[in-house]
Amino acid sequence: MMNRVSETLGRLGGVNLLPLALAAVAFVLIGAPSSWVTLTVAGLSMGMMVFLMASGLSLVFGLMDVLNFGHSAFVSFGAFVAATVLAALSTWLDGGWMLASAALALALLAAIAFGLAAGLFFETVIIRPVYRDHLRQILITMGALIVSEQIILAVWGGTPVSVPRPSFLEGAWIIGDVSMEIYRLFAMGLGAVVFVGLMVLLNRTRIGLLIRAGVENREMVEALGFKINRLFIGVFMLGSALAALGGAMWAGYETLITPALGGEMMIVVFIVVIIGGLGSIEGTLLGAIIVGLTANYIGYLAPKLALASNMILMMAILMWRPSGLRPAVK
Amino acid sequence: MTLLSLQNMKTQIGQYHVLHDISFEVPQGGVFVLLGRNGAGKTTTLRSIMGLWQPQPGSVTFKGKDISTLATADIARLGIAYVPENMGIFGGLTVEENLVLATAKGRFDQTRLRRIYTLFPALEQFWTKQAWSLSGGQKQMLAVARAIIEPRDLILIDEPTKGLAPSIVAAMGEAFREIAQDTTILLVEQNFNFARSLGRDMAVIDDGRVVHRGTMADFAADTDLQGQLLGLSA
Repeated sequence: MMNRVSETLGRLGGVNLLPLALAAVAFVLIGAPSSWVTLTVAGLSMGMMVFLMASGLSLVFGLMDVLNFGHSAFVSFGAFVAATVLAALSTWLDGGWMLASAALALALLAAIAFGLAAGLFFETVIIRPVYRDHLRQILITMGALIVSEQIILAVWGGTPVSVPRPSFLEGAWIIGDVSMEIYRLFAMGLGAVVFVGLMVLLNRTRIGLLIRAGVENREMVEALGFKINRLFIGVFMLGSALAALGGAMWAGYETLITPALGGEMMIVVFIVVIIGGLGSIEGTLLGAIIVGLTANYIGYLAPKLALASNMILMMAILMWRPSGLRPAVK
Repeated sequence: MTLLSLQNMKTQIGQYHVLHDISFEVPQGGVFVLLGRNGAGKTTTLRSIMGLWQPQPGSVTFKGKDISTLATADIARLGIAYVPENMGIFGGLTVEENLVLATAKGRFDQTRLRRIYTLFPALEQFWTKQAWSLSGGQKQMLAVARAIIEPRDLILIDEPTKGLAPSIVAAMGEAFREIAQDTTILLVEQNFNFARSLGRDMAVIDDGRVVHRGTMADFAADTDLQGQLLGLSA
């Protein structure tokens, strides 16, 4: 009987059904449909932004076996670089849809470019000497994180920096008694576009095939004639750029940022990578959505449990599936 | 003509000297068998040839070129394929993806693909299946197919019959005979009967040293030597 239920659930989507199940349970517990829709949109939007930050870390973890605690530095730098560009172009933000869009695009591109450059530097100078040595990786990347936070403090100062938003992303759409923040919908859309882009990259290109193979068995990829180090650099730069993009989006969501932003997000990002399954983009998305929804539902239903909810979620999932929900390696 | 030459090859892994003195020459064509007891250093020899463990410089030459200091990827590009003991299959990739990854340009030579279908019909049947779902024998077929999807001069194969059913072992033997018609195989094998049926030349390794070299026909005829070097009873 249990096997039949399990097989049927597997055919319907298996672990992919978890967000739906979570939303359904929350719908019953919350009671008010309008609040449920608002919380669900907020959860999905938070999940998508966390996905942006976590997807690169998952690939780096899975492919390179590198514990990069400095990943959150890219999140922080992305946020501050984007905030600086938006502040510099603040007159564009109120100058009509075209100019505001251009300002936003430039801010996001600047964050991505910074992430790519910082990723190249980080991989070649800091990570490469400590491949295959987890203890030194933890120490050196933690050190790099502290240095990065101090650089942000030195450049941007310790007082919170406000992040201007383009006018077309301000406000909310009201449908009946349901309110949905436009910025959150935008974040959801951008996250979905990045997810589709990553899936196309991983599943429809030779580079993607190499990354997926490398996540499973780096040695064999080399034995097939491919220089894995070049792949490492590319993946690390991609992961850093995605983290910076996630940081930039999070900055616009928070609208007030401090140098501790990356460090604060890092715990959530690591939880998402662990429960999603190392090296798996689908797993990271699934984990991010579940974390986003849980944080918002619990924050509404039992605010005192909100801080612990992610940890409880991680423990529950790891007890059920020790390798995460959708690990890349079977 | 000598294809691969190992001269006094030594390999150290961490603080352990695993290979002390490995010297033998693999002639072009046919199957060269490397025999030895468990832990003798056979797998380390193959991994050292592939550059996965760094051997002593100057000790490995392939087609007259010193490859002992080259990176694994560069060694592979010279025309050496490697089928490790654990098969090295990418379980999350389909059979097709496993094979296309091993092609030089990301597309199949249809003639070679048809040859693989003929040698290993199961691979065509499970073409779109993820490799983790294959049986042990099918995974071994995929590992060997991946090694011959492009023309290679030498294939290093580590214990391909381990844990396989007798019918699969027989099929694998037929496939190796066919492959050896145009590619040299350096085979590490514990199954002496299987090795004897394929090998032309052979060497025996013990405790990181080559302790015997010769033809398989002579070794197969000398049961005392088999007993002494491999612990086989007559």
